Amino acid sequence: MEIERHEYDVVVIGAGGAGLRAAIEARQQGKKTAIVCKSLFGKAHTVMAEGGAAAAMGNVNPNDNWQVHFRDTMRGGKFLNNWRMAELHAMEAPDRVWELEAWGALFDRTKDGKISQRNFGGHEYPRLAHVGDRTGLELIRTLQQRVVALQQEDYAVHGDYEAYIKVFAECTITRLMKDGDAIAGAFGYWRENGSLIAFDAPAVVLATGGIGKSYVVTSNSWEYTGDGHALALLAGAKLINMEFIQFHPTGMVWPPSVRGILVTESVRGDGGVLRNSEGKRFMFDYIPEVFKDKYATTEEEADRWYTDQAGNRRPPELLPRDEVARAINAEVKAGRGSPQGGVFLDVSTRLPAEEIRRRLPSMHHQFKELADVDITTEPMQVGPTCHYIMGGVEVDADTGAASVPGLFAAGEVSGGMHGSNRLGGNSLSDLLVFGRRAGAGAASYVDDLARRPKASEATLTEARNEALAPLERAGENPYEVHHELQRTMNDLVGIIRKADEVAEAMEAVEKLKERARGVGAAGTRIYNPGWHLCLDLRNMLLVSECVARAALIRQESRGGHTRDDFPGMSPEWRRRLLVCSATDDGDTVTVEEQFQPSMRADLIALFDRDELSKYLTDEELAEYDAAVAAVAAVKE
Amino acid sequence: MTQTTAESTARRQRAQLKVRTLRTDRWWLAPAVTFAALAAFLVYGFWAIFDSSYFVEPYIAPFSSPCLTTACPEGARLFGWAPVGDWFPLPPGILILGLPAGFRLTCYYYRKSYYRSFWLSPPACAVGEPHKKYTGETRLPLIIQNVHRYFFYAAILIAAVLSYDAVLAFRNHEGEWGHMGLGTLILVVNAVLIVAYTLSCHSCRHITAGRLNHFSRHPMRYRMWMFVSKLNAKHQQLAWVSMFSVMIADLYVRLVAKTVITDITFF
Amino acid sequence: MSYKAKFRVWRGEGGEGKLEDFTVEVNEGEVVLDIIHRLQATQAPDLAVRWNCKAGKCGSCSMEINGKPRLGCMTRMSTFEEDETITVTPMRTFPVIKDLVTDVSFNYDKARQIPSFTPPADVKPGEYRMKQVDVERSQEFRKCIECFMCNNVCHVIRDHDENKPNFAGPRFLMRIAELDMHPYDVADRKDIAQDEHGLGYCNITKCCTEVCPEHIKITDNALIPMKERVVDRRYDPLVWLGNKIFKRSDSKTR
Repeated sequence: MEIERHEYDVVVIGAGGAGLRAAIEARQQGKKTAIVCKSLFGKAHTVMAEGGAAAAMGNVNPNDNWQVHFRDTMRGGKFLNNWRMAELHAMEAPDRVWELEAWGALFDRTKDGKISQRNFGGHEYPRLAHVGDRTGLELIRTLQQRVVALQQEDYAVHGDYEAYIKVFAECTITRLMKDGDAIAGAFGYWRENGSLIAFDAPAVVLATGGIGKSYVVTSNSWEYTGDGHALALLAGAKLINMEFIQFHPTGMVWPPSVRGILVTESVRGDGGVLRNSEGKRFMFDYIPEVFKDKYATTEEEADRWYTDQAGNRRPPELLPRDEVARAINAEVKAGRGSPQGGVFLDVSTRLPAEEIRRRLPSMHHQFKELADVDITTEPMQVGPTCHYIMGGVEVDADTGAASVPGLFAAGEVSGGMHGSNRLGGNSLSDLLVFGRRAGAGAASYVDDLARRPKASEATLTEARNEALAPLERAGENPYEVHHELQRTMNDLVGIIRKADEVAEAMEAVEKLKERARGVGAAGTRIYNPGWHLCLDLRNMLLVSECVARAALIRQESRGGHTRDDFPGMSPEWRRRLLVCSATDDGDTVTVEEQFQPSMRADLIALFDRDELSKYLTDEELAEYDAAVAAVAAVKE
Repeated sequence: MTQTTAESTARRQRAQLKVRTLRTDRWWLAPAVTFAALAAFLVYGFWAIFDSSYFVEPYIAPFSSPCLTTACPEGARLFGWAPVGDWFPLPPGILILGLPAGFRLTCYYYRKSYYRSFWLSPPACAVGEPHKKYTGETRLPLIIQNVHRYFFYAAILIAAVLSYDAVLAFRNHEGEWGHMGLGTLILVVNAVLIVAYTLSCHSCRHITAGRLNHFSRHPMRYRMWMFVSKLNAKHQQLAWVSMFSVMIADLYVRLVAKTVITDITFF
Repeated sequence: MSYKAKFRVWRGEGGEGKLEDFTVEVNEGEVVLDIIHRLQATQAPDLAVRWNCKAGKCGSCSMEINGKPRLGCMTRMSTFEEDETITVTPMRTFPVIKDLVTDVSFNYDKARQIPSFTPPADVKPGEYRMKQVDVERSQEFRKCIECFMCNNVCHVIRDHDENKPNFAGPRFLMRIAELDMHPYDVADRKDIAQDEHGLGYCNITKCCTEVCPEHIKITDNALIPMKERVVDRRYDPLVWLGNKIFKRSDSKTR
């Protein structure tokens, strides 16, 4: 079987925001760049982002600056963030957003003609550059059109659009190839006709997004099978923070066609209440001790809050996301869920129809168009949905370089930036800032190379055999294995975790790994989704194992990791990061603890001691006092 | 190509579906109704233009207004003018007919409706058209459709004349103000609809401010554009109702003139 | 609640193929794409279909359902009778790769032939100042999710493959309009719209607007205004004269 070969300086895997920004940067640095993506060009999951891109431009509130953004990001991530990444992100985000405008993006405007910015949870000032509720689409289209613009420049000079940047669409990478320790290229197949393709390239940038497809209920699309995470592991790189997964408490669960799609928090803010199958407004039973004095204890008081917020306490539906998600979870597990495994979110009995349409137009439209549910007359069914993974490839903050020479990562597939929990709006800016840095990092790595690594024939043959194996087996239907994995992860390593359940999940994953070795695909190699799924299964299983193992080890609750048996946050655990690695056959995954380095003095001095005392150990607080003194001394 | 996809061995072709459409709804209904309605309008218009009963005090049939020859009764002439004189042998309506007809013929909405219903290009969305070749409005004669804006200017004049006619319809047979009959009402309604249809024109929208790239530097024109845009969204509906209203008004005046019916006088 | 539906799905590679009949379970609340996925999982594991977000936001699952271009994920089964046979075929205007998956490279080729956004050379990133009212028209066009159903339904190329080299389709004529109306774009786009991308082929029969899942008013807001802009340039002697007299050769400054 012929294998199509291509030679590039930089191969970018993934054509979402991070991948395209990386490719643009590599090409702008003069590198011959390939973009490889599983979908068509411009369809990446980035289009789903609604809220906006956080950047401290200070257009709406001039008090905003990068230090404030940095502080918000660290707080959101419960101080587990890689502080250098958070710093770079906050500093560079405005430039990255402005650059988009010069490439043709049309953000919503302020009165004086600047980019408008909106408020969002966790951000101190209005900070999110946005275009209505389709900011992700604007971002991906702008980057896509920037790639085209560069191709037109190349065409003018070289007479070939694809002289320096080329998109390989509907092409899946199954293996990274190495020469010794260093990356030598990537191997994959064309989805369209199943023929094989190999890239010889000294630098590979992973920008493959997340892992949501390991869960049944997710806001993620089919592409999110953890490819980049798995490719990095198999190439010898490390993943960090894999236990931290953001679940949104209210995703749609019914009808099946829209399961997992987000229901905005403002439904609850505007009076929507959560009820179980017995019609009971159950959130009153779930107010934790620490919040007792801040939340209403009777329905009467809660209802008064909507009109008189000063004289009454908030309704318990507005508890923090993890509390709400935990409550919904408990109701469903106790058998009081809705028919399709969620609970009811009802606004129809709370507000007049006219008022609902006025306040929640997009939700009204979303349910009407996608679900044929009229939220002015019937309740919605909602449940927690897997939304984003904070964990990912451990990278150098400045260059996006992973521990394997020649391997880079940016966007959701990289880890550290968001700590244990990501703030809304920080993902789009993350893509741009670290996409550019990874592209630049890859370009300068290529510049410094003394010798171009070359993949051996044996490596190619191995990759080829692995890719074609499922076609040669008449094994189990991959859809069944996938479905069972999704159920397992959803039920046992979901939003609320317990040691025994996670352990059970690990056993189940182990069995599924065995079954996955036997799955087969009927049909030809031409656009055969069954075959594609067989290959994706390896990645999902590998990533799921990392998540489960790390979740079992971390004995605390922080951000996107909630342990029922360890409900508190522990300063000791904050100093420890969990790092996953695997053998190159993927059979064995190991998780080790790693020390979290202290924040630089000038950065930690941006915080109050009171606030830090909730997160840091006494030892670290002593360091803080020294840092503040040092910063004060410099100022004098 | 912006994206590269694997070359396939066989030359790729479309799905070899032999049927013209797989639509299961009654897609032919809309073009059929449009065809019938437009055809009826054409037939009526042809008859009306050769019909000489276009004037009865104080009403003038819209198809024949303004009347520009000395053959017209004094009252039917616009401000009493007869610039064409007496040499024109055919019915005087023909002189001005070209303007409103041209306006509607080149109208972006009517183009859609007759390309679909008369020329079947296409009869309905996703239904194959019967023609072997298609060049659209890239060459003669259809490239002439681009003159639409000049017909729009003329249509403004015609709309003004029809409005003036409607105002004159508030006089009685002796020319005294204060009359109103069913005919007056019909002419007024017709004039309003004609004006609304004319102003809702896409060319009008372009002329007000559509051609600008900075609305913010031309606030007055922008407000006009906003107004026209609102009307423009209803261009199709206005095209139909104004077509029927002008036909009804025209027929009503002629029937009164022929004394087939008697105008109902309100006061 | 659940019932057995009759489906006829186009199966075949490279254009050769036939409509195959299936009987498949349908549950309450499902959309056509769910049913296609059920066919994949239970009866035809190699049935090819493109999809991605399942929420009407990415524009991948364009297909023709009972002859009409639709997004599979946005077509609810409840809109059909239970005893109705539902025919699902690939987009007709583009070559078939396999089953419901078509080769849409035509669209990417056209995208690349349209000159990119061209700002004035002296404006730096961060210095852009645009009023909301000035960007709203182009913003509407940027809602486009590139499902390519407008290009698929347009009879200019759907019924006349030979027009493909000369006609960019509604999607990309709208892209030209978007750039032409951009407050900071200085490139001249009227002549190329007419000469290279075939604006004149459009006979405004509005099928593009009818099928647009984003409800963009492609014809009224993009194509007709663009035609009028071309008239300014090419067919209107008064505007030509006015520009000569007032030396407003660059309409971009207005």
